[in-house]
Amino acid sequence: MKQRISIDPITRLEGHGKIEIFLDEAGNVANAYLLIPELRGFERFCVGRPIEEMALLTNRICGVCPEAHHMAAAKAADAVYHVDPPPAAKKLRELLYSAFYFTDHTTHFYALAGPDFVMGPDAPVAERNILGVIHKVGLEIGGKVIQARKYGHAVVEIIGGRKVHPCTSIPGGLTKGITEEQRQEIEKMGRWAIEFAQFSLKLFADMVLGNKTYLDLILGDIYTHKTYYIGTVDENNKVNFYDGKVSVVDPEGKRLGKYAAHEYTDWIAEHVEPWTYLKFPYLKQIGWKGFVDGKDSGVYCATPLARLNASDGMATPLAQEEYEKFYQTLGGKPVHQRLATHWARLIELLYAAERWVELATDPEITSDNFHTVPTEKPTEGVGIVEAPRGTLTHHYWTDERGVVTKANLIVGTTNNYAPISMSIKKAAQNFIKQGVTVTEGLLNRVEMAFRLYDPCFGCATHSLPGQMPMIVTIRNAQGEVVDTIRRD
Amino acid sequence: MSEKTTFEPVIVGFTCNWCSYRAADAAGMGRMKYAPNVRLIRVMCSGRIDPQFVLKAFAEGADGVMITGCHPGDCHYIDQNYKTMRRYELLRRTLVQMGLEPERLRLVWASAAEGQILADEINDFVETVRALGPLNWPKWEKEETRQLIEEAV
Amino acid sequence: MSANGKPKFAMYWAAACGGCEIATLNIHEKVLDFDANFEPVFWPVAMDGKVKDVEALEDNAILLTLFNGGIRNDENEEMAHLLRRKSQILVAFGSCACEGGIPGLANLSSLDSLFETAYDTLSTDNPENLRPSPVYEAPEGELHIPRLYKVLKTLDQVVPVDYYMPGCPPESHQIAAVIDLVIQVLQGKAQLPPKGSVIGAGVSTCCDECDRKRNVKKISKFVRIQDVKEIDPELCLLEQGIPCNGPATRSGCGALCPAAGAQCIGCYGPAEGVVDFGARLMTAFASVIDSKDPQEISRILDGIVDPAGQFYRFNLAGSLLRAGKPAWKW
Ligand code: SF4
Ligand code: SF4
Ligand code: SF4
Ligand code: FES
Repeated sequence: MKQRISIDPITRLEGHGKIEIFLDEAGNVANAYLLIPELRGFERFCVGRPIEEMALLTNRICGVCPEAHHMAAAKAADAVYHVDPPPAAKKLRELLYSAFYFTDHTTHFYALAGPDFVMGPDAPVAERNILGVIHKVGLEIGGKVIQARKYGHAVVEIIGGRKVHPCTSIPGGLTKGITEEQRQEIEKMGRWAIEFAQFSLKLFADMVLGNKTYLDLILGDIYTHKTYYIGTVDENNKVNFYDGKVSVVDPEGKRLGKYAAHEYTDWIAEHVEPWTYLKFPYLKQIGWKGFVDGKDSGVYCATPLARLNASDGMATPLAQEEYEKFYQTLGGKPVHQRLATHWARLIELLYAAERWVELATDPEITSDNFHTVPTEKPTEGVGIVEAPRGTLTHHYWTDERGVVTKANLIVGTTNNYAPISMSIKKAAQNFIKQGVTVTEGLLNRVEMAFRLYDPCFGCATHSLPGQMPMIVTIRNAQGEVVDTIRRD
Repeated sequence: MSEKTTFEPVIVGFTCNWCSYRAADAAGMGRMKYAPNVRLIRVMCSGRIDPQFVLKAFAEGADGVMITGCHPGDCHYIDQNYKTMRRYELLRRTLVQMGLEPERLRLVWASAAEGQILADEINDFVETVRALGPLNWPKWEKEETRQLIEEAV
Repeated sequence: MSANGKPKFAMYWAAACGGCEIATLNIHEKVLDFDANFEPVFWPVAMDGKVKDVEALEDNAILLTLFNGGIRNDENEEMAHLLRRKSQILVAFGSCACEGGIPGLANLSSLDSLFETAYDTLSTDNPENLRPSPVYEAPEGELHIPRLYKVLKTLDQVVPVDYYMPGCPPESHQIAAVIDLVIQVLQGKAQLPPKGSVIGAGVSTCCDECDRKRNVKKISKFVRIQDVKEIDPELCLLEQGIPCNGPATRSGCGALCPAAGAQCIGCYGPAEGVVDFGARLMTAFASVIDSKDPQEISRILDGIVDPAGQFYRFNLAGSLLRAGKPAWKW
C-alpha cells in the first residue's frame, strides 16, 4: 500500500489549479497532472429556473467573459422558443460582443502575454508584467491600454445595461435598443479601436517578428502540438465570434466538416478523470486516446490560433491582410506552433474592432424593432458563441412553460484542458532530466504555455487568464515529494 | 411501537387576535380538546404575519406552522387577510420547492364563534404532522455545519 | 503598517466568478489614489504574493481585506480563517460573500445530484461513472483536490465579518467611494460606520432609485419579459406585470437594470432592516396582486414559474432557511 502523502497545507490553500509532476525510477518525467479544484454545479441549479434567466444566471460562471455566457444562453433561449430575433437585435448583440472581444484580447495581450515577448521570456519575473512593458515601450502605451478597456466596457454598458454581467438579452432579442447619439458615440470609439489594434500589431511585428530569438522560440518544437482545431465560421468560412457553424479541421488542415449548434453532440464528447473537477472535451468521431496529439487522438484546440486554422480567412479587409501575412510568415496552414496564438489573437483584435465599426454604422442598428415575442412552444435549444478562450456551448431542455428541465454547458477554457495538460507535460519533460530540474526555465516555459491558451479557469473555477498561481510538485517514483516549485 | 407514535410534533400557530385567537380561547374554555403541541402566537391581524415569522419558526425547529385569521370579508382591518391569502400561497409554493412537505404549513379561517372548528383543525394538523415525522430543519450552528461537512463526500 | 508606512491591503476570491475583481480594477483612475495610500500584500488577480507571506504576517497586520466569493469547499474556508486572523477589517465583498450569490442556488440540491448532473450530461462520456474524489490514487502517486461542502456558505457563516458590501458585482463607483472613505478615515477626516454595517450601498430600496413611474396600480397577472410586446419605457416594470425584485432590493446601483428595460434581479441584496429577502419580496408581490379570489390568486401566481429562484436568486445561502431540504437531508 502506498503511503498517504500529506500535502503541504499552503499548496492546498492556494490551489486555484495546481500541477503535480511524477518522476520515474530514472528521474525522468513519468506524468504531469493539472488539477482543477472546484465545481459550482451550474448545470444542476439551472434546472427549475425559467429559460430567460439563463442569460443572467450563467453570466456568473465567469466574470471575465460574462458576455460570452450571456450571449450563448440568450441564443439557446431563442432556439428553445424557435424564435428568430429581428436583425437589429442580432446586430446589437454582436456589436456588444465585438467590443467585449476587443477589451478581452487587449487585456490579455498587454497585461498577460505581452510581457513575455516585450521583456523576453528570460527577463526577471519582477519585470515581466504590464509595468515592465510600459517602462520599455513608453508611458503613453499604458494610457492607451486603459482607454481601450474603458471603451470596450462603455459599449457593453450602453447595449447590455451593466459593465459586468449584462442584463438586456432576452428570448427573441433585447429589452432595449440604442439611440442615434449612442450610436455615434459607439462608432467614434470603434474607429479609435481600429487604430489601437493596428498599433498593437505593429508593436508585435517590431518587437517579436523582428527579433530572431523570439521567432525561433515561436517556431521551435516545445510548444508544438499537432492536434485538431475548431472555430466558428460564417457562411463564407470566415471567422465569426457571434454566429455561424463550427468548423473542424484535422492536423493537416483538412476540413472534417462543420456543425451547427444543435449538432454538437455528434462532434464533441467529454472525458472524465477522477483527480480533477473539470472535464476533457474531445472529438467524438476520433475518440479519446489520452493526452496525446496526432491524427488518431481526438484532442482538439479552440483558441485564436485554432479559429484561424479552422477558417478560410477574416471577414474584414484589414484583418484579412494580416491573416495572409500570418500564414505566409509561418509557412502555411495549419500553424501548430502554439506561441503563434498571441499573434492570432491580435489579428482577431483587429477584426473585432473593424466589425465593431461595421455594425455601428449599419443603418439598421438604431432600429426600434429589437424584440420578437416568441409564439411557439418552448422545447429544447442549443446556443453557441465563440468565446475568446474557445467555443462555448449552452444546451437547455425545458417544459412547456419554458422552465429548464436539463442543462448542458461546455465552457470555453474546458475545450483546451487536454492541450494545456499536454503542453505542461512537454515543458516538464524538457526541463526535468534524470532528476535534474531547471527550475526557472521550467516555471517560465510552463507559464508561457498557460498564457498562450489564456486559460480562464474562472469558467472552470475562478482564476483569471494567465494569472493562475502555480504550484508544481515533483515526486519521485516512490511518490515522495522531491521538489516543490511555485510562482504565486 | 415505532418512534412515530411517541413523536410529539412542535407546532407554531400564528393567530389573529380578533377571531381565531378568540376561537382558540373559546375552545379552551369550552373544554373542546385540542392537542397541546401547538404554541399559539397572537398577532393583531393575520395581515401582520410576515412570511419571515414562518421561516423563522421552521428554522428554529418547528415541525409544522399554522396560520389562522378571520374569514375572508371579516377582517377587522378591512381586507388584510386577503393579503394573507396571497402571501400564504407564495410562501407555500416557495417552501414546497425547497423540499418542505406542503402539509406542514396550513392556513385556517375561523371566526370567534368557531372554537370547535379550530380545535378540530388543530387536532387534524397535529396528526398530519405527526404522521410526517420530525422535520429537524438544521439550525446551522457552526458545529452542526461541520458535521454535515464531515458527512459530505 | 509596513516599512513604507502604508497600511496593508488584501483582496481574495473564494468560490467567485472573477467579476468582483474586474469591477474593482474598473475603478480606473482611482487606482492611483489607492496605490498612494495602500500597500497591497495579497491580491492574486493583480500581483504576485504568496499565502506563505500572509501566514508570516502578524495577526491583524492587514488593515483591509476585501473577500469575494462564497465558501464552497474546505480550501475556501481555510483561506477565510487565515485572512480573518490577519485582517483588522474584513469586508464581505459582493453578493457571493455576503449572501451566497447565484452559486448559492446550488443549496436547493444535494451535492450528490450536483455531481450526478455534471458528470453525467448528454455530452459526457463516462462509462465507469467516475466522480472526482478529494484523494485519488494515480498510478504514479496520490492526488488531492479540495473537498466540496454539502452547502455553499456565506463568509459570515464561517468567520466574523466587519462590513458587507453587496452587489453582483458591486458597482465600480461604489467601490471607489468606499476606498475614498477608508482613505479619509486614515487621514482622520472621517469615521468608519459601526461594525456590521452595509457599506458601498444605499439605505433604501432599488425602487427609490428607479426613474420609472409608479401609479400604485394593482396587477391581474404576471408576465414573462419575453412575452411583453413592447416594454413601456417609463412605467414601473412590476406594474406591467414583470416580476421585478426592486421593492425588496437595497439601493446602491442606481437601478441600472430597470433603466435598461430589464427587471431588477436583486443583486444588491436585502434592503436595510430586511432579514430575509424572499420574505420581504413575497410580501411586496402579495400586495400588488389585484384579487381576492383564491382560484384567481392561484392562477395569477402561476405566472411566477420559479418562486424559490425568484425570491432567493442571490440570497438562498444567507436566508433564514439557508438551503433546501434535498441539500441537507440525503
Ligand atoms: S458577487 Fe457576482 S461578480 Fe462577485 S464573484 Fe459573485 S457572481 Fe461574481
Ligand atoms: S418595481 Fe422595479 S421597475 Fe418598478 S419602481 Fe421598483 S425597481 Fe423600478
Ligand atoms: S437593478 Fe437590481 S439586479 Fe440590477 S444592478 Fe441594481 S440591484 Fe442589481
Ligand atoms: S383582523 Fe383577523 S385577519 Fe385581519
